[in-house]
Formats: sequence, structure tokens, C-alpha cells
Amino acid sequence: MSALASLMWRDLRLALRQSGDVLLAVLFFILGAALFPFAVGPEPNLLLRLGPGLIWVMALLSVLLSLDRLFAPDHEDGTLDLLLLAPVPLEGIVLARILAHWLASGGPLILATPLLAIFFGVPAHALPVLLGSLLLGTLALSALGALGAALTLGARRAGVLVPLLVLPLYIPVLIFGAGAVDAVLTGLAARPHLLLLAAVLLLSLPLAALAGAAALRQAAE
Amino acid sequence: MTRATSTSRPTASGGSWHRFANPGRFLRISGLVYPWSLGLALLCLGVGLVWSLGIAPADYQQGESVRIMYVHVPAAWMALFAYSLLAAAGASLLIWRHPLGGIAATAIAPVGATFTFLALVTGSLWGKPMWGTWWVWDARLTSVLILLFLYLGHMALTHAFENAERGRKAAAVLALAGVVNLPIIKFSVDWWNTLHQPASVTRIGTPAIHEAMLWPLLVMAGGFMFFFFAVVLLRMRAALVAQRAEALDRRIMLGR
Repeated sequence: MSALASLMWRDLRLALRQSGDVLLAVLFFILGAALFPFAVGPEPNLLLRLGPGLIWVMALLSVLLSLDRLFAPDHEDGTLDLLLLAPVPLEGIVLARILAHWLASGGPLILATPLLAIFFGVPAHALPVLLGSLLLGTLALSALGALGAALTLGARRAGVLVPLLVLPLYIPVLIFGAGAVDAVLTGLAARPHLLLLAAVLLLSLPLAALAGAAALRQAAE
Repeated sequence: MTRATSTSRPTASGGSWHRFANPGRFLRISGLVYPWSLGLALLCLGVGLVWSLGIAPADYQQGESVRIMYVHVPAAWMALFAYSLLAAAGASLLIWRHPLGGIAATAIAPVGATFTFLALVTGSLWGKPMWGTWWVWDARLTSVLILLFLYLGHMALTHAFENAERGRKAAAVLALAGVVNLPIIKFSVDWWNTLHQPASVTRIGTPAIHEAMLWPLLVMAGGFMFFFFAVVLLRMRAALVAQRAEALDRRIMLGR
């Protein structure tokens, strides 16, 4: 367990040391979302109607940006081969990597979300649901993204391939995540959406750990 | 690459399926099955097309446009069936290292994608007169669209590696992960009460569809099924022969 914790700590420190990547993803998140009022016009009601969905789509795309750094550096410099030899289950290593990736990518996005909520005029009572849905959702995005990143290790044009593989799997997360905020804004209960989102998360974590580990073993063969 | 062309290694846990792992034996057996499959496909499609487009009654509500069903429903069934086979082939490649599994998956994916595309297009053509729109973001439609993307991702991943074996294995993992989409498609009409009509053929007990429409539909489905097997067998045989040719090429290059 402590091996996995130290592994996660190492990944996190590596990610924070190259804080340019983290900052870039957050800037992309904010800038991308800020483009929409220019495109559809600054009408407040329209922006409120679009806001939660836009924030969710932008969060999804920002997570996508950092996926190619998930396993590729370790694959290139041989760290992955050492990890495979380590006396820790590979599934655990993948899970630790997912958590580290989430802390370095999903976390900053969630911190930046209140700013976007102000941009789109999302009312204060909907903000906890928006943050909660992102909290559950971005972890699922990191998990499914890790699966895509592991599958494309060593592929030609992996950067183009990952979105094609991962985006279809992201759709349920997007539906329930944005649905929760929509429900609150229209005066309905957000709980069912959040529960379904949690179910997606609980399904995708073991799926990503098992399938990701299988993919990593093949990449190292 | 050459592993698949070598003869099967007998394994303790292999089971009877490994009898077919020998490509030579597969080529022999599939050579016998293929013409039958193709013949039955042509027979079923010939009879089914005349029956469903000419003889079967028009619907009391939908009129003549109901005839799209005889292409749309079998295509949608085959899209799901082909994906289950794709995942099964992937599993046999990963678990038993069955060399034909990867070749089968590679052969199935484009055919399944075509059926999915056909189901989406015919559904869209049917939706325009019935629902008044080509496309709605309905649960069934969206989940089938995801299925199409999964097929396309599978095909792209298969061919994304220098090492073909690695591509097949990565695609197999993806196919298995995508299986979660199948129950979503199946039950989407029950879980989300959107535009698409609920299941009317595969109900427990008597189907909600009249026999005069059910039989031509089943004949068409049989035709699609035999056609699918004929094409997949043909593609697998072609892949095996190509592999053999490549191995021979390499041997000549090495001067042996």
C-alpha cells in the first residue's frame, strides 16, 4: 500500500514540477469556455441555459489534453518496465496513476470552475451540484482516459487516436454530469443524476484498472 | 506476426476450440462452409426482399414506409450481434491466445460497422416521415451512434501499430471495454422514454407484430446473418492467405 502511495506521490510531484502542463489545461478550460459568449451572443438567459453543458464539455476536452502524458514518458524511458517488475499489482499501479492524474488535472479544473460559473451566471445554489458532479465525473474521465492512453502506447499518431477511443466512453459521464446541474437549475432533484454518475465512476475505476493493466503488459511485451 | 501462421500449440487448458486454431484446418473447414453460407444468404435475401417489399401488407398507421423496417431491424440486430462476436473474438485472443481470434476480430469490425451505419441511415430515412425529423438525440439513436464510434475506434486501433499482433490485442481490450454499451442499447428504449418505439418483436410470449410481417422480417434477418458469416469467412480466409504469402515472401528474401 505504501508503495502505491509513494508511487502516486511521485507521479503527482512530477506533474506539479511540470506545472506548465497543469496551467495550460486550466487556461484552455477557461479560454475555451469564454469563447462561447462571443459565438452565441452575451444574452444572460441563453448563457445560463448553455453554461453547465459548456463547462462540462470544456472540462472533458481539458482532461483529454493531458492524457498522452499519462503513460508515454514512462514507456519511453523504461520506467514502465521497472514498474512491471515491481512487487506491486499492475492494476494498483494503474489506479495510483489515475488518482495522481486526477489530482493534477481534475483538481485544478474544479478550482477554476467557480470562475466559469460566474461567467455564465450560474446561481449560487447550483454551484455545489456543479462542483460535486465535476468531482465525481473528472475522476471517471481520468480512469477511462487512462484506459485509452494505455491502449495507444507505442501507436502511430497516438495523440489523434486517443480522442477517438475515449470520447465515446466519455458520453455517459457527460450526460449524467451535465444532467445533474440542469436538474437543479430547472428545480428538479439532482440526486438521481449524481447517483448514476457515481455508478459510472464505480464501474469505470475497476474497468480501467483491469483493462489498463492488460494494455500496459502488452505494450511492454 | 508469424506466430499466427505457425501450427497450434497444444495446451492443457485449450479445450476443443484449439482444434480450429490450425489455420490450415480452418481454411479447409471454412472453404466448405463459405459457399453454403453465401448461397443461403442469396436465397434468403432474394425471397425476403420480394416478400417484404412486395407481398407483406402495408402498416395501418405507417403505410408503405413500414417496409424500411425489413432492412432497418435486421441491420440493427446484426450491429449488436457482430459487436458481441467481436468482443468474444477479442476475449479468445486475450485469454486463450487463440490466433484466429485476432484475425476474426479484424474481419468482423468493418462488417459490423457497416451494419451499424446501415441501421443508422435507414432509421434516419424512416424517422423523417414518421417523426418529422432525420435525427433526434434519442437514447437509442445516440447509443447506436456510440456503437459506430466504438467500431471505428477498434478499426483505427487495430491498424495503428507497427506490430500487427499488438494492434489486434489492444483492439481486443477496447472491444471488451465497449461491451458495457450493449445493454445500454438494448434497454435504452425501456429506460428512457424518448421517441424510439419500444421492442415489439423480442417480447416474451407473443410478439406485438403480426405474423404477415414477422415472417418476412425473420427471413431477411436470416439473410443478413448468412451474408455476415459469408463475408467474415471470406475476409478471414483472405487474411490468412495474405499472411501465408507474406511469410513466403520473407523466406524468399532471406534466401532459404
